[in-house]
Amino acid sequence: MMRVLLPRTLDEALEMKAASPDAVPIAGGTDVMFLLNFDRFRPPALIDVSRLPELRATRYEGDRFFLGAGVTYARIVRELTAFAPLVQASRSVGSPQIRNRGTVGGNLGTASPAGDALPVLAVYDADVVLGRAGGHTRTLPWAEFLTGPKRTALAPDELILGAWWRPLRGPGSFSKIGTRNAMVIAIASLCLVLDEEHRRAQVALGSVGPTIIRAGEAESFVAAAMTSAGAWDDRRVSLPPGVVAEFAERVAAAARPIDDVRGTAVYRRHGCRILARRSLSWALEDRRLAA
Amino acid sequence: MLVKLKVNGEWREAEVWPGASLLALLRDQLALVGSKNACEQGECGSCSVWMDDALVCACLVLAGQADGREIRTVEGLASGDRLHPVQQAFLESGAVQCGFCTPGLIVAVADLLEHDPAPSDLVIREALAGNLCRCTGYAKIIDAVHVAAEKMR
Repeated sequence: MMRVLLPRTLDEALEMKAASPDAVPIAGGTDVMFLLNFDRFRPPALIDVSRLPELRATRYEGDRFFLGAGVTYARIVRELTAFAPLVQASRSVGSPQIRNRGTVGGNLGTASPAGDALPVLAVYDADVVLGRAGGHTRTLPWAEFLTGPKRTALAPDELILGAWWRPLRGPGSFSKIGTRNAMVIAIASLCLVLDEEHRRAQVALGSVGPTIIRAGEAESFVAAAMTSAGAWDDRRVSLPPGVVAEFAERVAAAARPIDDVRGTAVYRRHGCRILARRSLSWALEDRRLAA
Repeated sequence: MLVKLKVNGEWREAEVWPGASLLALLRDQLALVGSKNACEQGECGSCSVWMDDALVCACLVLAGQADGREIRTVEGLASGDRLHPVQQAFLESGAVQCGFCTPGLIVAVADLLEHDPAPSDLVIREALAGNLCRCTGYAKIIDAVHVAAEKMR
């Protein structure tokens, strides 16, 4: 007989998780419920984390921002307008019904390479915060937390509390490829931010590998190209089309796609190339307009 | 497990299997069959209801998660024989073909108009992106949203 645990506070939830490490967390239900509805999944217990006020928090602490695992995509779109790529990714999730329920904690916990929030967290160099009974927390860089397709470093007695990052200053975007403008699991997705403060480019790819991929080589290439063009010092300076194309090639080369029901590896790699070219062009245009 | 929840203004109780969805509770235990059971994975919007004023797919809410919450379903829209303006607009616009997606669409449109009394076509398309009509009657549905918006002004 399956049990449903209904904690009202985070402490209570962590105690329950310690006592029932096999309990599967459920928040918005967008991943868990369909498995239950189709008889594909019968966990011994479910633990409802959707009522924990601690997980619904967003706050700045010093120069860092904390996003609670239970913040829904609808709330991100309404409230976190300072983080444009995160808002764009959130708005591309499912439909209004899904965005009213789905949470960033769910994207992290499910750890699908197609999770829309994940490339953004990767570009932000976010750290994932995990909690355990007794007030213990540990923090892992996103790349150590996401260990593989649908695999994470979460221990059985832990819950995902949220993610930290240092807000980046500079233009950026999230874009994805799919068959519709809504209700789409990404065939390929990309987040790019030009970090004006540290003079870096940050690029992450979703849905084109076993987990989220940072295109490190392409990042250094474009940052160096901007330095030689004098673009970091003068936002009106753009990059030659050849440099943008070369950046797109290097991003495409970073992808590790497979063929599956949603698309072929060749199509996905080409998608990365297009998304990379467009998002760099948008960012350069945003800089020019801001200048 | 026993779930107590407020449905269309009235407190109700239902004994459900712990893995049951809110949709199963509404349909099988409370006989509120207006919310339709189609895809059971949040793709089609046929089971759209409000939970604490947020539009959700009832098939993706665990029944236990609805304990103590306030649910509004399509059955709560009409007052007696007087249809809700969105229902009336769907009738007048011919926005109903087989009718299966209609309850979910009516709830989603009512939710949209509660937040935006005069939505553009683009806003309507985005707001209804999670509601599928397999008769593909979308043009009339979008007409109906404008008619309903006019009635509610």
